[in-house]
Parts: sequence; C-alpha cells; structure tokens
Amino acid sequence: MSEKRESTTPSGIPRKPAYGPSDWDGSSYASGVADPGCFPYTRGVRADGYRGKLWTFRQYSGFGTADESNARYRYLLDQGQTGLSVALDLPTQLGYDSDDPRAEEEVGRVGVAIDTLDDMQRLFAGIALERITTSFTINATAAVLLAMYVAVAKRQGADLRKISGTIQNDILKEYVSRGTWIYPVEPSLRLIVDTIDYCSRELPRFNAISVAGAHFRDAGATAVQELAFTLADGITYVQRCLERGMEIDAFAGNISFFFYTHSDFFEEVAKYRAARRIWARLMRERFGAHDPRSWAFRFGLVCGGSTLQAEQPMNNAIRVAFEAMASVFGGASSIFTAAWDEPFAIPTQESAELALRTQQILAYETGAAEVADPLGGSYYVESLTDATERHVLGIMAEIAERGGMVACVEGGYIQQLIADEAYRKQRRIEAGDDVLVGVNRFRTNGTAHRLELFELDDSSVRTQIARLQAVRARRDPARAGAALAHLRAAAEGTENLMPPLIEAVESYCTLGEICDRLRAAFGEFREPIVI
Amino acid sequence: MRIVIAKPGLDGHDRGAKIIARALADAGAEVIYTGLRRTPEQIAEAAVQEDADAVGLSILSGAHLSLTKKLIERLSERGAAEVPVLVGGAIPPRDVERLKALGAAEVFPTGSPMGEVVGAFLRYDRGRAAR
Repeated sequence: MSEKRESTTPSGIPRKPAYGPSDWDGSSYASGVADPGCFPYTRGVRADGYRGKLWTFRQYSGFGTADESNARYRYLLDQGQTGLSVALDLPTQLGYDSDDPRAEEEVGRVGVAIDTLDDMQRLFAGIALERITTSFTINATAAVLLAMYVAVAKRQGADLRKISGTIQNDILKEYVSRGTWIYPVEPSLRLIVDTIDYCSRELPRFNAISVAGAHFRDAGATAVQELAFTLADGITYVQRCLERGMEIDAFAGNISFFFYTHSDFFEEVAKYRAARRIWARLMRERFGAHDPRSWAFRFGLVCGGSTLQAEQPMNNAIRVAFEAMASVFGGASSIFTAAWDEPFAIPTQESAELALRTQQILAYETGAAEVADPLGGSYYVESLTDATERHVLGIMAEIAERGGMVACVEGGYIQQLIADEAYRKQRRIEAGDDVLVGVNRFRTNGTAHRLELFELDDSSVRTQIARLQAVRARRDPARAGAALAHLRAAAEGTENLMPPLIEAVESYCTLGEICDRLRAAFGEFREPIVI
Repeated sequence: MRIVIAKPGLDGHDRGAKIIARALADAGAEVIYTGLRRTPEQIAEAAVQEDADAVGLSILSGAHLSLTKKLIERLSERGAAEVPVLVGGAIPPRDVERLKALGAAEVFPTGSPMGEVVGAFLRYDRGRAAR
C-alpha cells in the first residue's frame, strides 16, 4: 500500500488523512447539530439514546407455510428477539395465489406464502399482536396484508389503537430496484395514501409506510444516492397525503424509513446523522409540521445484502458485525443482521441464531448502547455529516428539477443512475481498486468450506395449495362474490379502499382474487428497460 | 454475437443481470435484456426471434432448477435446442452440477468474476466459427 494515496468515501466524498478544528469548529453546534433529542436531531431523536429504549432486534424471516414460519417466529421470540419481521414469498408480494401457474416454483421460497386470512391467523397463532411489533416487507399488496393483519387483531380481541408495526408499502422504489410492482404509479400511490389515511384514523400506532432506500443501495446506489432517492420518495408520499387533504401532523409521525448499512463505517454513520437533520428541516420548514413527532426521522435497517460474499462465507459474520456497530452509532431504531449464508440460501436455524447473537453482543457487551451519539463532535464525523448533507441536497434538487421522483422513475432516470453505479463498482472490484477480503485479495486455495444450507421441504407447497383450496371450498361464496364486486366498484371510484379490502379478506376472498379485481380496475405497470 | 439476458420467474433482483448485460455490450456483443418476470415461453420466443447465440438467465429466488429446465424444454420445442443456456444467481454449490445435468451450458454462482462470465458467453459466438 502506498503511503500517500488519495481517498474518497465510496460515495465519492474526498477524505483527508486527519481532521481538526478547521474542518468543523463547532460554531454551528446549537443550530445545525444540537443535543440528542433536540431539533434537528442530528444526534438522535431521543435525549437518552438507547438507554431509554434499546433498538429492536428485528430478524427478517419467513418461509414455507404459515405454520412453519409461526414455529420459527416463536423460536426467535424465545431466543430474545424483540420484534417480528415477516418475509413473504414472491407470489404473495405479486398478488398471485399459491395455485396460480405463475406462482409455480416460487411458493414459500423467499418467504412465507399468505393466500387468505386463514394463513394470516396461523402465522400469528399464539402470538398476541398487542404485545409485539410486526414489520411486513410488502409493497404492491401491502393494503391487502394490512387488511388481513387488522382482521386477525380483531379476532384476537385486540384494541386496534394499541397495534403497532410497519408495512413497507413503498412502491416507488419497487419500480426502480426491487421489482415487486403490479399496478401503474398513480393507482399504486392512491392505495398507499388510502392506507396512511386509514392508519392515521384507526391504527394510530401503526406505521403505514416505511420509505426504503435499502433496495436502491443493494442494486448499486451509493450511500449518498440511497439517502437522496429515499428522501425524494418520502417527499412524494407526503405531498400525495397533503393533496388528499390530510393534515401533516396527522400522519408524518408515522412515516418510518429503511436502509442498508454497507461497509464504510463512518460514511454510514454520517448518512444516518445527515438523514435526521434533512428530514427534520423538511418537515418543519417546508411542510409546516408543528408536532416534534413529525420532525423525528426514525428508521430501521439491514446489515449484509450485497456486501456479503460467496467466497470465504464465514467472513460475512464479521462484515455484518461491523455494519451493525455503525448502525448503532448512526442511531437506528431497529436492526436486521443478515446471516452469513445469505449469498446462497435463506438461513438455517443455526446461522439465523448467530446473526441475532451478533446484535445481542453489541447491545449488552460492548457498551456501544450506553451513550447517545458517541461520535458526535468528532471533527471527521461532523465534517462528513455536513458533506453528506450537501451532496444529498444536490441530488434531491436535481430530481426536483427533472419533475420529481414519479417522473424520474417512470422515465428510468433513477434506474440508469443506479445501473451506472453498479457497473462502475463491479469494475473497481474486478480491477482490485476496491478490496474485498477473500474475493480479490487474501484468497485461500484448497477445499471450500463445507456448507450446510437450508433446503425447502417440497411438501410445504402441497400443504399450502391444499389449504388454500379448502378455504375456497368452505367459504360462503355469495358473501365472497359480493365483497369482490364491492371492491372492484370501489377501486373504480375514489373512496378509501381499506374498508372494502377488510370486508373482502374477512369473507375469505384470496389474495389473488383481490389483486385480480384491482388489476382489472387499475391495469399494470410497464417497465422501462434500462441497462 | 447476439445474446438474450433474461429474468425468469418472479424475482426482481436485476443488478447482476444488468451488470452482465452491460459488460457483454462493452465486449462487443449485441445484448437484448428482457426485463423482469419473463416466462420460459417468452424467453425461448425471444431467443428464437432474435436468433440468439446464447441465453443468460439470472435467478436469485431459489427457483433456478425448474426455471432452467423449462427454458431448455421450450427452446427444444422451438427447434432451438442448440442455443446454450448460461445460468447465474444465488445458486448453492450443490445445485451447480444439478443445473448442468439439466442441460445448462455454464453456471455462475454469486461472486463469479464478470470477466469470467463474459469470456464464457463469447466462446459461444457462432459467428466467429461459421460466419
């Protein structure tokens, strides 16, 4: 390694060998940084950091049938996990029933299959919804899953005002990078506003949207792009709610965010600090929010993803541990640490447990959770936070100039920026400019580590299909038909779709039937092809 | 050389597919990228219509065995059994040989170097030998 090399962060922000008072002199502390718990929340949304409330250990999991996933959830809760994060299979995310020919081979594979309210009840059997928080990574079909969750809560006799959790419900990033879109942009945004509006009135503790940058990031975006695109999406959703006539303080406090923490430790810390500051100012100054809850930027995140490597896979556990520590110094509200075997398959019980233990060691052994924003006031971290903010605001201004996020997504502009960055990054790795241990440096020769990987039990799929068909056979067909007809009519009008969706799921209409009615009313998105 | 890069099934992770498409284009190939959620029928149809020298599939959902098998069958039904199918994605080591047994010409699990993947495609350029 040469002594005097140039360095930038992975986002391209220049990085000096050392920082001092000339980089950050503290004169802007009161207005631009402020103490933890004080506007603009650069140092965190809580004055006591994690002492009052530790972050939530929220491991993403789900596979096969609802019964199998329920067993894994109960195991994780017994092991000290504090919130659930439901992974759904692709047919559920795309609105196909498990016996639909398009769902073949995908049922129960990357998450649990949910076809009807019966599955949702099984998923939470023995788990009191009033006492846990549940996060659903669900987007195009989020409103339907929310309707099922509400129906289960009602059957458990729970007070809906005490139900808390999150649906991801962020469609804009699906068009760009995650790919589970169904309907065109406008009707999709209408469904999202319907859910936010419904939750603000009926489920005040439930986050109806988790605006996600994570998938931009894992598709190739830099940390700065990830944050800029996410905030631009957040602004779009806020504007749509305001256009509906909602009051900013009625919903802004229930918007949460979701990111990836990747490898560059300080860039990630600075990203989260800058995010809180930009959002707080946007909410107060641009949107006129008065309630401090509306200013507070709360976020969950995932560690792992595309930073994990297939070569020397046990190294991934170490990568995730460092990423988790950066996340804690960044002030995350909930963390998912991915398992080391993620590049190959969904985790085994053993690898999932190690991933959870990583967070527990961080929380209880390292002291990292004892002091709020322990890196605040560091010349480097404050300077990098300022630079990140400047770069992010620059990209957001460019997006606004191009007509806002909807226009940029429909035209493929964001997709192109991400594809460019992904390709550039891959070339840097292959050229050895970016070091990946075990991949392009420090490779080991000889026998590969023997892997014990998770394999889906094929009988799960047959069980799921049989159960779905049994539900269809025993429901009241007249009631189900009427509910679907009402839903279709409502979709063609302008009323809030949540009540007809709840009626449909309680009539045991299937997810596929419901989404087919919405497809008929809304049409389907046409993907711009960008490479 | 003409190459169809396709995303079969319901999986939306297209980073790998797009990187390989771009690298192949940089290497001088003409690349047709299908976009997401193509069925094996649609991909086979595209391969025939485009007179492709090779087809690349990218699958990260775990459904690689059956989707690959189906594509190879659909190609065969269209008299295009000779078109090689290269498969990449989140492929566990145990499935590499299974895919080859189904007829996949090459398999590239996560982490395969871009140069290696591009080199493999270029070896299937019919134009080099015949044209």
